Amino acid sequence: MTTSLLPTDAPSVVAPKPKSAGGGFARYLLVRFLLIFPTIFILVTLVFILLRTVGDPITAAQGGRLTADQLQERIHAAGYDRPVIVQYLEYLGQVFTGNFGNTISDNRPITEVLLTYGGATLELAFYALIVAFIVGIPLGMLAAYYRDRLPDAVLRIFAILWYATPVFFAGMLLKLVFSVWLQWLPVAGRATTRTELSMQTLPNKTGIYLIDAIALGNPAAIGDVLAHAVLPGIALGLLTAGVFLRLVRTNVIGTLGTDYVDAARSRGVGEARLVRKHAFKPALIPIITVIGLQIALLLGGAVLTETTFEWKGLGFQLAAYLAARDFVAVQGIVALLAVIVALTNFIVDIIAALIDPRVRY
Amino acid sequence: MTPVVDISDLTISFATDAGAVKAVDGVSLTVNRGEVLAIVGESGSGKTVTAKTILGLLPETATVGGAVLLTSSEGDSVSDVVSLTKKQLRAVRGADVSMVFQEPSTALNPVYTVGWQIAEGLRAHGKYSRAEAKLEAIEILRKVGIPDPEVRVNHYPHQFSGGQKQRVVIASALVLNPGLIVADEPTTALDVTVQAEILELLRRLRDEFDTAIVLITHNMGVVADLADRVAVMYQGKVVEEADAKTLFASPQADYTRRLLDAVPRIGQGRVRTEERQRVRAERNEGGVVDVPVVEASHLTIEYPGRFGAKGFRAVDDVSFSIGPGEVLGLVGESGSGKTTIGRAIGGLTRITGGSLKVLGFEMLDFQERRFKPLRADIGFVFQDPAASFNPLLTIADAVAEPLVIHGRAKNPAQARKRVDELLEAVQLPKSYGDRFPHELSGGQRQRASLARGLALGPKLLIADEPTSALDVSVQARVLELFAELQLEFGFAALFISHDLAVVDLLADRIAVLYHGKLVEEGTGAEVLGDPQDPYTRRLIASLPVPDPVEQAARRTLLARIQAEAGAN
Amino acid sequence: MTTTAEPVTTLPPTKPGLLSRLPVLKQLRQSVGLQRGMLIAGLALTAVFILVAIFAPFIAPYGFAQLRDASGPFGAQQPPSAAHIMGTTVGGYDVFSRVIWGAQTAILVIIIAVLCSIFAGILLGLVSGYIGGWLDRVLVVIADAIYAFPSLLLAIVLSIAISGGQSSLWGGILAAALSITVVFIPQYFRVIRAETIRIKAEPYVESAKMLGASAPRIMFRHVLRNATRTLPIIFTLNSSEALLTLAGLGFLGFGIEPTAAAEWGYDLNKALSDVTSGIWWTALYPGLAIVLAVMGITLVGESLNDLADPRLRGRKRVKEKSGTMSLTSVDRPLPSDLDIQEENA
Repeated sequence: MTTSLLPTDAPSVVAPKPKSAGGGFARYLLVRFLLIFPTIFILVTLVFILLRTVGDPITAAQGGRLTADQLQERIHAAGYDRPVIVQYLEYLGQVFTGNFGNTISDNRPITEVLLTYGGATLELAFYALIVAFIVGIPLGMLAAYYRDRLPDAVLRIFAILWYATPVFFAGMLLKLVFSVWLQWLPVAGRATTRTELSMQTLPNKTGIYLIDAIALGNPAAIGDVLAHAVLPGIALGLLTAGVFLRLVRTNVIGTLGTDYVDAARSRGVGEARLVRKHAFKPALIPIITVIGLQIALLLGGAVLTETTFEWKGLGFQLAAYLAARDFVAVQGIVALLAVIVALTNFIVDIIAALIDPRVRY
Repeated sequence: MTPVVDISDLTISFATDAGAVKAVDGVSLTVNRGEVLAIVGESGSGKTVTAKTILGLLPETATVGGAVLLTSSEGDSVSDVVSLTKKQLRAVRGADVSMVFQEPSTALNPVYTVGWQIAEGLRAHGKYSRAEAKLEAIEILRKVGIPDPEVRVNHYPHQFSGGQKQRVVIASALVLNPGLIVADEPTTALDVTVQAEILELLRRLRDEFDTAIVLITHNMGVVADLADRVAVMYQGKVVEEADAKTLFASPQADYTRRLLDAVPRIGQGRVRTEERQRVRAERNEGGVVDVPVVEASHLTIEYPGRFGAKGFRAVDDVSFSIGPGEVLGLVGESGSGKTTIGRAIGGLTRITGGSLKVLGFEMLDFQERRFKPLRADIGFVFQDPAASFNPLLTIADAVAEPLVIHGRAKNPAQARKRVDELLEAVQLPKSYGDRFPHELSGGQRQRASLARGLALGPKLLIADEPTSALDVSVQARVLELFAELQLEFGFAALFISHDLAVVDLLADRIAVLYHGKLVEEGTGAEVLGDPQDPYTRRLIASLPVPDPVEQAARRTLLARIQAEAGAN
Repeated sequence: MTTTAEPVTTLPPTKPGLLSRLPVLKQLRQSVGLQRGMLIAGLALTAVFILVAIFAPFIAPYGFAQLRDASGPFGAQQPPSAAHIMGTTVGGYDVFSRVIWGAQTAILVIIIAVLCSIFAGILLGLVSGYIGGWLDRVLVVIADAIYAFPSLLLAIVLSIAISGGQSSLWGGILAAALSITVVFIPQYFRVIRAETIRIKAEPYVESAKMLGASAPRIMFRHVLRNATRTLPIIFTLNSSEALLTLAGLGFLGFGIEPTAAAEWGYDLNKALSDVTSGIWWTALYPGLAIVLAVMGITLVGESLNDLADPRLRGRKRVKEKSGTMSLTSVDRPLPSDLDIQEENA
């Protein structure tokens, strides 16, 4: 799980330069955009090289089940007997055109896997982010306001506890209490079979169940989808919330100590408003940048959460392909996630830059 | 008439890592309407802490005793700031008393417009609609001399220059028309020409708004320029309090006298310059050819821009030379390029045009490998004595570095004898060699820094603002030491400073830089006595002198120069 | 500008004793109130964790792969009893023993992972930050790319590459540790590089450059030692991440075979289906072990982080009028010429 615990430093080769005069923002936008490509390139290359060190994917997946001749035939047909560099260049070309290859175990295009299961992961991440924002940011500000006093200590202990609890363990505990013992909420899955079947009838499904259920216009279906979302959303959300809380706390304490907060205080501005307005907005710039990096935490956590709750998203599929030793599928999904991560970070950096008037003007 | 603020028997302690420390000890002061009280002192005197107490702005680690009676701006009520609740304090801050901070670039929130920040103070104290608050903000910006306030009100702090930012900070302190403004070193972060403008603005506040001002400063010139009454603080106590003219004319306390004596004044350096000339002449009788140690002609240094942006020209077509044993003072305000020139001579910054010969080496085709042997002949003293020593090395190890690097000693231990001699030369006990930098005071560290700079007996010493981080009285002693060492060892020196008076004290010739260009060069007498360039004239006139009567005359002169400049 | 601007030192300088120079002890003395409570709680939990790992053979009643004793097989999914105080797993192992032995595995992985990544990360960060230029830019783009990517996914890919997925005790531990290593190198790299760049601009480094010191001399004598001061903090914080990553790998089936070593994440994976049928003991105890170990290390790291940052460090309040007056630089006794002659004689 990537969670830099020292996430107060925003990384970047092209940190927006405060002093740049007019036109600086456009240039920053361009350079930051171009940086997406090396990022994707590096990750795709890394994953390709690593997974090829185990040998060719067909032997890895079906080594035990096929005879040597059959294997050889399939390897030749898939082109895995060509020099690795040729395969690599071909793969890069494919990735560039949006083709991430086909899985070996069930021979589906990776892009189709994304379209089928991406919605589920997006939905889970959305729920988790809502929990994280609602819980993490106000509590972080509260902790900064009460720093070193009891409320701060309690909040920090909770934040550390949330972080220290692996998301799958949190999920299992929640399941045990709320689904098995209290029987308030469903144990696993994204919806009951009935709801899923009724959603199959929709002409243009999104794969995001909440939207589909709303499109159905059936309150029972909406309630069913939401009931399934509560526990996974909380499990993944609280983990992220813990990180957000600490992030907001540290940065707000930092800006609370600045001269301009003292200056506002000397004008008679109240303490609560100092935290909410004067300290929070400047602190937001590093916070947002680091939140961008937490997308990685969220995706890593999503794989574990989906496995725990049998939430059939990309992460669940990834775990399944891993179990089947289908490394082409693994490589494809990981490469795809690299693209998503690079794009999200780009967007987040731009948002952070937009908040900072020193970059905007 | 009741005073605006009446401080009696104020005592403040702080909790620190080293235990409890008393910062203010039994201070009593009063300030009346329309009066400027200057609290003067060096670092650690407790002056800033005293001032912050008036607004109840001390950190939670502080414990306060005594009383600070503050009269409201209408003059109808008096409250003791020390015993106010948080809510009451909020009502007082901004309305009855407000503050101007030292560093205008950090006192303004970078992510809000200046108008919003001014309006913020208004809306904390009463009902104002957005539009009303903005109108008030525009009005106050106009009063503090921001041109086009209707447009500028919507700008962000980074779009203002340093002096303008300080005007905005003053505007935000003034907007509710408080009876008292506490100004904590309001001009220390500013260039001297900008400082004069801000002092002028503060004077107008007193005269036109009848505002009382508590001026915290270490600068005696600023005191002489603005203060009506002066309190001198030392070790948390007020050692002397008098009206400004009396204090400067006949200081009573021992400390005040020492402090005033330590302030460098233009014209003091003439005697020294003459002596140096005499010594140089004696040395040159041996028939040594007078080849310059440093020779710059049409020197240009440009910093490249980022992502194809236009580069920044820090030094633009500058020519000068430094002869053997000669001290050249390089003066300029921030952004004038003076530090860049010093770094270029030391081989830390590459030059991009013209020619710069250092000890005969052409820096235009700089190669570290070929330049390295020459480095033994160049010493360097940096501005911040706290940062110029590796915190993990002892002073002796640090001073031994040049000896080890240039092969004069195998290791620091072997160099110890020479290190001890050097420490002795800069008047530090040799036992100090075993200390770590943080165990020395600022002045002692700067002495050690000199020892390191002189370790290899250099032909050239570059000193970049070596005393600007020091207190006045410490500065005086370090400058004296510098002069003595220069006379003894006869090295040539480039002395970089923003302070004309300091440069005058040490330099044979003075070069004035302005926006990367050399505007004037000559002997101290020429440049300071009869400046030709309008900028030099403005610079000299802006420098406040520690004498209220003379300073009043200089103010008139400055006003005239500015009027002339305006007319042109 | 307060009285603390000038350090208040007493003469003569004293070398602090060895004990107080140990990183954690120094901070322990420095801390007050809640921060001290957090630090002590963290240290206590971490100490328990380490002791359990060391003395696992004496604490655990059974071996981690033991399925039966003299009285026969343990049986699967047995609830807690006198013989098995935490019950048995679906595979028939004793939960308590596996929780205890798991501490050993966890600590081995942490040590190997953190040591490897620290050395590689420091070296790369130092060189990249000091030399700058194209090398720096390329390394930063690589490090940022890896840093922004879910480390668990990378660790999975790495563990496939290293071990093909499953393996023996040392194979498994090394695979887990090395996957975590590669993932963490960018973090150390970034911290050390940032510090290096900051220190590079410090006057004392400029001064060394001015003197003509060689690049390696500057890097190792002046920059490195000053740049590594934050390492204890990162060290502890990364240890907890390493532990969580190991558990995550184990949970996804990339851990260590139950016969090779005990691993908490793996046990939780096997307990997943138990939970649905209301069997709580197989999940609760290994899970709690992870939570407590991570919390302990994190609490230590967080406290160190707070104490290292003067903005975040709390201080005791003092009584009014207490304390001694600090010396200002003005009256620090400067040696008169006479003193010097005496001292140097």
